[in-house]
Amino acid sequence: MEVGHQVGQMQRQWLDYTRSLFIELQDDNNPDFVVEVVSLFFQDSHKLLNDLTIALDQKSVDFKKIDAHVHQLKGSSSSIGAQRVKNCCIAFRNFCEEQNTDACLKCLHQVKQECCLVKNKLETLFRLEQQIMAAGGSIPMMELSF
Amino acid sequence: MNRVMERDGVVSEQVHVLAVDDSLVDRKVIERLLKISACKVTVVDSGISALQLLGLDEQRTTSESDDFVGLKVDLIITDYCMPGMTGYDLLKKIKGSSTFREIPVVIMSSENILPRIDRCLEEGAKDFIVKPVKLSDVKRLKNYMSTATREVSAAAGGFGGGGGGGGGINKRKLSDTSTVDDMSSSPPSISPSITPSSSSSPSDSSSPSPSPLSSPIRALDSPIRRLKMSSAD
Repeated sequence: MEVGHQVGQMQRQWLDYTRSLFIELQDDNNPDFVVEVVSLFFQDSHKLLNDLTIALDQKSVDFKKIDAHVHQLKGSSSSIGAQRVKNCCIAFRNFCEEQNTDACLKCLHQVKQECCLVKNKLETLFRLEQQIMAAGGSIPMMELSF
Repeated sequence: MNRVMERDGVVSEQVHVLAVDDSLVDRKVIERLLKISACKVTVVDSGISALQLLGLDEQRTTSESDDFVGLKVDLIITDYCMPGMTGYDLLKKIKGSSTFREIPVVIMSSENILPRIDRCLEEGAKDFIVKPVKLSDVKRLKNYMSTATREVSAAAGGFGGGGGGGGGINKRKLSDTSTVDDMSSSPPSISPSITPSSSSSPSDSSSPSPSPLSSPIRALDSPIRRLKMSSAD
């Protein structure tokens, strides 16, 4: 099935991000688990990114506070397997330590982009899955091989 | 507590885990991981809440002095970095209590900082899990819980299960993961340059770090294992 093939492909790509989130944590009894967790992540990150934008806009930048926010974002992105977001956060924290506002601003921009990327990929994946379900098919489960 | 009837008619309790984490996402994930592993779960967002549930907060010195019935748990798993009371503070409070010190405590942290790990283990933590927590980590925890429950119910309650932090490491079986270790995907906070064009930065890990963008999916589980590996170098 064409859509199934697409979903398979997306899932393979998504594995780069999410380790085994789908396989380990989601099953027939909890089909929405990944959607729920990821939604929480986007709620969380949305607020954090706003706070970061405001914090970096201040006359006197509070790097400690910024570091705390980025630490949080790093943690939650890591938990959902959003590796690229997490890596941005690591760089971000280093610039916080150096108290380098410009570099921090660049990082913030990058983090926002990476979060968008993750969101888009996920939304596409979920949409595809829904199409399959609606068409009466089943979602191909990935076989993980490390 | 839920009772599970086993085949030969022996009734066993479902293990009850108290999970503490200030991150919404992580609370959701750890709760799911524990439930998949057939644990009963209570999740809270702070050390203070945890202590209140147990009946070990500032208002009380001991849970036996009044009618309050604290939560009965077989294991406490807590994040290290939390605002207010850290996981380490929580660990100390639990280990400092005659009533609760027998409960195994496991620390989770997104940061792989060896002195931090040492400090926690010295203070009596059973294990230290580097986030993100995986199902295999949680499955390993069940060993601590069944041991503790058995020992506590067998003994008159004077002995800690597993004999404290040091004993826990020795007893634990090494997991069989063998691929490139977690250092590549969670570098210590001192390590810089994550941009794809950078070459491997020197680190104190025994293996070179590949670009984080292509880091392997499977990560080495516990830093305890890493400690053992590096001591073998």
